[in-house]
Amino acid sequence: MEQFLQQLTNGLAVGGIYALIALGYTMVYGVLRLINFAHGDLFTLGAYLGMTLLVSLGLRDGLGPVLGVAVLAVMVMGLVGLVGALLERTAYRPLRESPRLSAVVSALGASIFLQNAIMLVYGARFQVYPQDVLPRVAVTVFGASVPLMRLLIVGASVVLMGALYLFIQRTRIGTAIRAAAIDQGAARLMGIDVDRVILIVFLLGPALGGAAGLMVGLYYGQINFTMGWVYGLKAFTAAILGGIGNIPGAMVGGLLLGVIEALGAAYVSMAWKDAIAFLVLIGILIVRPTGLLGERVAEKV
Amino acid sequence: MRPAVLVYGAAAVLLATCPLYLNAYWVDVLNSVGLYGLLALSLNVILGDAGMYNMGHAAFYAVGAYTAAILNTRFGVPLLWALPAAGAAAGVFGALVARPVIHLRGDYLLIVTVGVGEIVRIALVNDVFGLTGGPNGIFGISRPEVLGYRIRKPHEFFYLIWGFTAASLFLLYRLRHSRFGRALNCLREDPVAAEGSGIDTGRYRLGAFAIGAAWAGMAGSLYAGKMTIISPESFSFWESVVIFMIVILGGSGRLAGVLLAAFLIVGLPEVFRGFASARMLVFGLVMMVMMVVRTQGLFPPRPRTFGLEAGEEGGER
Repeated sequence: MEQFLQQLTNGLAVGGIYALIALGYTMVYGVLRLINFAHGDLFTLGAYLGMTLLVSLGLRDGLGPVLGVAVLAVMVMGLVGLVGALLERTAYRPLRESPRLSAVVSALGASIFLQNAIMLVYGARFQVYPQDVLPRVAVTVFGASVPLMRLLIVGASVVLMGALYLFIQRTRIGTAIRAAAIDQGAARLMGIDVDRVILIVFLLGPALGGAAGLMVGLYYGQINFTMGWVYGLKAFTAAILGGIGNIPGAMVGGLLLGVIEALGAAYVSMAWKDAIAFLVLIGILIVRPTGLLGERVAEKV
Repeated sequence: MRPAVLVYGAAAVLLATCPLYLNAYWVDVLNSVGLYGLLALSLNVILGDAGMYNMGHAAFYAVGAYTAAILNTRFGVPLLWALPAAGAAAGVFGALVARPVIHLRGDYLLIVTVGVGEIVRIALVNDVFGLTGGPNGIFGISRPEVLGYRIRKPHEFFYLIWGFTAASLFLLYRLRHSRFGRALNCLREDPVAAEGSGIDTGRYRLGAFAIGAAWAGMAGSLYAGKMTIISPESFSFWESVVIFMIVILGGSGRLAGVLLAAFLIVGLPEVFRGFASARMLVFGLVMMVMMVVRTQGLFPPRPRTFGLEAGEEGGER
C-alpha cells in the first residue's frame, strides 16, 4: 500500500507535468492541425530559463521559497510564451497555406534550432538545479510518506490547468479560440481575428510548457538540452490519448499516462517504462481512434 | 535527347567517378549519402507514393540491420546472403506492425509509427530474446564479400552501396509506374475515389508499407556490413526524422529530388564540419527557411497524367 501510494503520487506529479505540456500540443493542433514538434524544446527552454533566473535573481531569499518560486514561474511562463509567439510568426505563419507536411518539417527544423541554441548557450552536459529551493520534507498521506514537493507540483499543475480551463470557457478570447478550433473560416466571418487567436494559442501553450520545464527542474534536480524530445513525445501521446484538440482530454490523458507509467515501472518493468506509454497509445488507438474524450473526425477516410 | 536526360546522365557519371579523385573521408561521406538516399527511397514508397505518414522508419532499418548482424555473427551467413533475409524480416515486421493501425488517419499514423520506432529501440536496448546485445549492440560483423572478394575500403563500399541505390532507383521507378504504383497514387490523391474504383485500399496500403519496410531492412544490412558494429543508438527517433525530412525536402514522390535532398541533408553538414558546434543550429534554421521558400520541396510533385494526355511517355518526366 505504501509503495502503491508512493507510485500513485509520483505518477500524478509526472502526469501533471505531461498534462501541462500536452495542453500546448492540443491547443495548437486544435486550431492549426499542426503537430508543433518544437513544443518539447520550448519546455526545455523553460527549465533552463528557470535555472538561470533562480541562480541569478535570488528571488527565493527575498520572497521566501514558495512565493519566490511562484514569481519565478510567472516570469518563465512569460518569456517562454514570447518565444513561442515569435516562433509562430517566423516558422509557422508563412506556411499556413502550404502542404501540411512542410509545416511539420519546419517544426522539426525549429526544434533542432532551439535544442542546439540551448546547447550552445549552456553546454551539452547535464545542468544541476539549486537543491534547496523548496523545503525537502515529506508529508504523511494515508500512512505513506510523500515528498512535499511532489504534492506542490500536483497542486500547481492542477491550478494552472484550472486557470486555463476557466480562461477558455469563460472569457471572450477563450470563446474565440474555441470557435477558431471548430471552423476557422466561420470564425473569421463572425469577425474573429483568427491570426490573433493563433498568436494567443502560441503564447499560452508554450507558457504552460515553460512552467512544466521549471517543475521538472525543481523535481528531478537536473536538466539536459535533449530532454524536450522525450517529454514532448510523451505529452503528445497524452494529448492523443485524451483526444487531440480537446483541452480536458489533454489534462485527463496526461495524468492518466503519468500514473500508468509510474505503476508500470513499479509493477511491470523499469527497463520498459518508456515503451509502456507507446503501447498504451497504440492499444487505445486501435480500440478508439479518436482518443478517450475525442469527438471530432474532420478528415476524409 | 531531352535536357533532363543529359543532366541526370552527367550527374550519374560525375558521381560514378567520384572515388577516383576524392579521398577516403569524402568517399565515406558519399557512402552515408547513398545509404540515406536508399532509406529515403524506401520511405518514399510509404510517404511519397501512398501518402502515409511514417516517422518511425528507423525501426525497419533496425530490424534489417539486426537480422543481418545476427545471421552473420551467430550463424556465419555471409552478409550479402543475409541481405534478402533482412529485407524479408523487415517487410514482414512492417506488415505485422501496420496491420492493426493502417486505417488510422494521417497524424495518428504518424504518432503511432513514432511509438513503434521507440518501442523497437527500447526492445533492442533491453536485449530481447538475448539476441540483440543490449545497449552495446552487436560487433564483429564480417564485411561483405562479392565473388570471393572482401570489401573493406570506402572506395569499394562506394560501388556496393551506390550500385544498390541505383538498382533500387530503377526498381522503385518501375514500381511507381506499375499498376500497383498508379493505384497507390490514386489512393493518396483521393482515397474515396480510389475505393470507388475498386481499389482495395487496405491491402494496397499494407503492401506499400511492407515494400518500404523491406527496402529499409536491406539498407540496414548494408549498414551493418559497412560499420561491422551496430547498436540501438544508430536507430533512434532522430534517424527517422532525418529520413522523413529528406523525403519531404525532396518533394515527396519525386525520386531524383529525394536523392538530391539526401545530398543536401547528409552531405552538406559535413562540408561545414569546421563549425562543428553551430552546425546543427544552422541546419535547423536552414530547414525552416527551405520549407518557407520551397514549401513543396525541391522538386514539387506534378499532377500525374497516367499517359492519357502526354502519350506513352506520360507521367513523370
